Amino acid sequence: MRVPLSWLREYVDLPAGETGRDVAARLVRAGLEVETVEQLNGDLKGPLVVGQVLSIEELSGFKKPIRHCFVNVGDANGTGEPQEIVCGATNFAVGDKVVVVLPGAVLPGPFPIAARQTYGHTSAGMICSARELGMGDDHNGIIVLPPEYEPGTDAIELLQLVDEVLDIAVTPDRGYCLSMRGVAREAAAAYGLPLADPALLDVPPANSYGYLVKVADPVGCDRFVARTVVGIDPGAKSPIWLQRRLQKAGIRPISLTVDITNYVMLEVGQPLHAYDRGRVDGPIQVRRAQEGELLTTLDGVKRKLSAEDLLICDNSGPIGLAGVMGGASTEILDAVLDPETGESTGSTEVIIEAAHFDSVSVARTAKRHKLPSEASKRFERGVDPEAARAAAQRAVDLLVLIAGGTAEAGVTDIAAPHPLRTITIAADLPDRVAGTVYGRETVARRLQEVGCSVAGADVLEVTPPTWRPDLTDPYDLVEEVIRLEGYDNVPARMPTVPPGKGLTEAQRMHRRVGVALAAAGYVEVNNYPFVGEAAFDALGLEKDDRRRRTVKLVNPLNDEEPALRTTLLPGLLGALRRNVGRGNTDLAIYETGTVFLPKDELSVAPRPAVDRRPTEAELAELDAALPDQPRRVAVALAGERLPSGWWGKGAQAGWADAVEAGRTVARAAGVELTVRQGQLMPWHPGRCAELLVAGTDRVVGHAGELHPRVVKALGLPDRTSAMQIDLDLLTADGAERVTGPTVSAYPVATQDVALIVDSAVPAADVEAALRAGAGELLEAIRLFDVFTGEQVGEGKKSLAYALRFRAVDRTLTADEATAAREAAVAEAVARTGAVLRGV
Amino acid sequence: MSAPNKSYDPVEVEALKPEEVERARDEALAAFAAAGSLDELKQAKVAHTGDRSALSLANREIGALPPHAKAAAGKLIGQARGAVNQALARRQGELEAERDARVLVEEAVDVTLPFDRAPRGARHPLTTLAERIEDTFVAMGYEVAEGPEVEAEWLNFDALNLGPDHPARSMQDTFFVQAPDGSADSGVVLRTQTSPVQIRSMLDREPPVYVICPGRVYRTDELDATHTPVFRQLEGLAVDEGITFADLKGTIELLVAKLIGDGLELRWRPSYFPFTEPSAEIDLQCFVCRGESIGNPDRPCRTCSSEGWIELGGCGVVNPRVLIAAGVDPNRYSGFAFGLGLERILMNRHSVADMRDMVEGDVRFTLPFGMEI
Repeated sequence: MRVPLSWLREYVDLPAGETGRDVAARLVRAGLEVETVEQLNGDLKGPLVVGQVLSIEELSGFKKPIRHCFVNVGDANGTGEPQEIVCGATNFAVGDKVVVVLPGAVLPGPFPIAARQTYGHTSAGMICSARELGMGDDHNGIIVLPPEYEPGTDAIELLQLVDEVLDIAVTPDRGYCLSMRGVAREAAAAYGLPLADPALLDVPPANSYGYLVKVADPVGCDRFVARTVVGIDPGAKSPIWLQRRLQKAGIRPISLTVDITNYVMLEVGQPLHAYDRGRVDGPIQVRRAQEGELLTTLDGVKRKLSAEDLLICDNSGPIGLAGVMGGASTEILDAVLDPETGESTGSTEVIIEAAHFDSVSVARTAKRHKLPSEASKRFERGVDPEAARAAAQRAVDLLVLIAGGTAEAGVTDIAAPHPLRTITIAADLPDRVAGTVYGRETVARRLQEVGCSVAGADVLEVTPPTWRPDLTDPYDLVEEVIRLEGYDNVPARMPTVPPGKGLTEAQRMHRRVGVALAAAGYVEVNNYPFVGEAAFDALGLEKDDRRRRTVKLVNPLNDEEPALRTTLLPGLLGALRRNVGRGNTDLAIYETGTVFLPKDELSVAPRPAVDRRPTEAELAELDAALPDQPRRVAVALAGERLPSGWWGKGAQAGWADAVEAGRTVARAAGVELTVRQGQLMPWHPGRCAELLVAGTDRVVGHAGELHPRVVKALGLPDRTSAMQIDLDLLTADGAERVTGPTVSAYPVATQDVALIVDSAVPAADVEAALRAGAGELLEAIRLFDVFTGEQVGEGKKSLAYALRFRAVDRTLTADEATAAREAAVAEAVARTGAVLRGV
Repeated sequence: MSAPNKSYDPVEVEALKPEEVERARDEALAAFAAAGSLDELKQAKVAHTGDRSALSLANREIGALPPHAKAAAGKLIGQARGAVNQALARRQGELEAERDARVLVEEAVDVTLPFDRAPRGARHPLTTLAERIEDTFVAMGYEVAEGPEVEAEWLNFDALNLGPDHPARSMQDTFFVQAPDGSADSGVVLRTQTSPVQIRSMLDREPPVYVICPGRVYRTDELDATHTPVFRQLEGLAVDEGITFADLKGTIELLVAKLIGDGLELRWRPSYFPFTEPSAEIDLQCFVCRGESIGNPDRPCRTCSSEGWIELGGCGVVNPRVLIAAGVDPNRYSGFAFGLGLERILMNRHSVADMRDMVEGDVRFTLPFGMEI
């Protein structure tokens, strides 16, 4: 809602020096969201006056038509002589009244005006267009004023050029503030000043000879006021003040009748519609549409109607979408000037509709037809049903006053009974909600200020005003009291919170995982979870891969990415590529977040009632309709993992880093991981590890180098590697509590062993065998060399381990250590076919 | 090295003359003094104390002297050898000290060489910012509650007093999830706020409930410098007997002091949220211009767009309807709730000009934030 300050002052006698910012600050504290305070023409300086065109000489020989004019500006130029002005516009004639800016003036820009030579003549000023005066973007030639103004009259005042406009974002509960009347009421309360209510008008009572209206759906339409005005001069134009107020409020002037309906809507908040009575066929009817019925609305769009749409109809069928938009067939006709007679033809008789429609019905119709209008915006938020009569009267008055019309005596007013709501509220409820003491008197006074009538002592009976349909509960009233008393005046104190339990184990674990990866050199990224088929294709997933089963959005941001991720990799690899593209070549990044896995059995979530707690069954149904959303962590690496430098060679990032990242995560989660050879796209078939919880068959993730085809498809650096692990699966059994080890102070006995095995035998199996065979004297084992070559034979590899033996209670003899080593080797031989390499 | 103690030789041997002993001693001392390095000293040592040196030979001959001469000769030679050994040890010490000093100088390095061999990592500032706020509340006794990002409409809207036709439902541009039949009537959305976690918290627990709910939320905004369709919220909920708006104010003031700093004014603006009543927007005085840019075109402020205030978040007293839907008795309990946008706090607290930097995952943006903020 755009509120011109000059207009606001008509209803509230604000202090003279009060600026738009001052008023905005008061309104903000009362809960109106004033988004901007616009200074209209703050830098405009006169002389800017009315002029009358005395002569026009068309200059030829230029690229565009140029006029050399003399204009009577009265005494404004100090001499009273005609002002010589060169003008590029052609939409005016000799005798027209125009707006002239004289040398010495400054137009908005700032754009100082001086006399100058142009097109071979002196141009001492300018004839102005609307845009040059900051009156909107209309640049179709200069402004031609109505003839009644005297040359030399100050046009800054006349055109109300200097003003301030408050732009207020009206929250859904404050529909009444979509009007000058409502904003003025708030301003009056904020300043403690009286309000001149524009809806307080003398209205003749309803009678039986008004235009015939039948309301078939009194729920959808509980009020319908119709008035008729005849004898309207179709050529009458909206006066400047009316046009200017509409412009400042952001509404384009169209024609006098339409401008008046818009003006009254802005003033009182009641949307009006004007029908050309000559085009309406018989009585007006208000009813629901028949499915598939057609209506061409004012915007020229032919619309297929739904049975839920509420319609205004005549004998011909629908003539308007109630509360949303009128129909084209009964539209007010623009004046057309007959050049021969000088007479204007157009609508001369109008029916003014001021009705009250159900907010939900209007909201649905506006949404269904994607037709948010000034009217629907107001009806959705609630319009004062009692304002209809006054609004219709105001429109009638203006049509009589400005358009030369005659109001007919008939007054139609169909009203469904509108019981007044009374809210019972304990007088101290505002105190208890705010945590301070206002007292009954203050509570009652504040409620009266917003228009409520209040009765009672300790328990108040409060009747909200008709323009506040949002006030339905005691808490609605509490809010009014507290906001008007000022939130700033509520004291601050701390609640007494019972002793807390701290973070959960899972929350602590999630933090540890992040810290561990960051400490290992990974940088966290957060990616959008939106994916499309292309992402899965790039990852080389088979058509029936389960990861292609996604949760899909009805209204994705991007049609190419209509689904939610089932793996963190697409986003993560995208971030990797983005970084590479920006020249960050050595990368190790990680992400944690949920993936979205549709359940096997899909269902629709119920919408239980909200006046009670849902039943356990309803809650179970709600959760059953949601996809599984496990938490995952993933890493991606490329470039150098350890940089080269003056200290020597670094190391390229590779599959082993990715696998180690999995181990890092598992360690941080307190879970032991085992690794075995795996195969899963998008990983390299020979360089993919399956990550399992030790001692189980539960695969919790994969790690390794990406498939070269994937690397190519995604434009990633060679040998890009990645790991992904499901944290929920990883920690499904909980973390083991660490048992404190017994640290032996006896000397260590170190023995090395080199074993030759088939290339295909996993090192992890060999190590496991050595551990099992060595028994409890084994303190540590470390693989320190892997060797292939002629000495070990084709298809073989040599694995060299350092074994550290130690007993907790004695110094081991050489024989004991050797025996343990031999037992270890024997187990490796037995399990993996290892051959002890010659020592 | 001591000479072998030979048996008495009846052949009369003449003892070394005292002046020869002295000469041998002096020659040794001079040689040691002249030795300029440990190697030279080693040679001098061999020459003057070795088996073939004059004093060693003389010492060996003592046993062959007639008994009456032994004592005198022994004393003479013993003294001379003592002096020589002492000088040797002293010179040895000197030369070793010299060598050590020289070696330490030679081993000096340029300690300013960079050593960025271990790769550096960092956590995302939005993650660590959320943790910082969580920790503030956990220290007060709150729990951290989490919930699903794909959420039932009932929990995201209905239970929060946002009925199917509530205008606020169109205010929040929601991503709807497809139903099994492909329609939009799945009853499931990408949560537009973390408030459903508040409902879940109340459904899961008996009051009192004090929870903080961080998480990702979704709205159909296009990504630009100040908007992202996927962003982070952190909401708080307190439900207990006698909770008031005053408790909310105290809690928020404490949070702001901990998070941003003391001495900044807060503005409490009445606002509208269906799930709270009364509702407020909290504005924080712009900590860059402290309001001095308002109406002052000569000193524009980029941080607050010369408004003087920065929106911190929304809050209010929990609407009793919400308590009812979550199974909490509104006659006994009341509550407050607040919600903060973490991106905006990060922008303000750390002077981040463009929200896209938080989204795109450029490691250069994240690295300086390290492990905690």
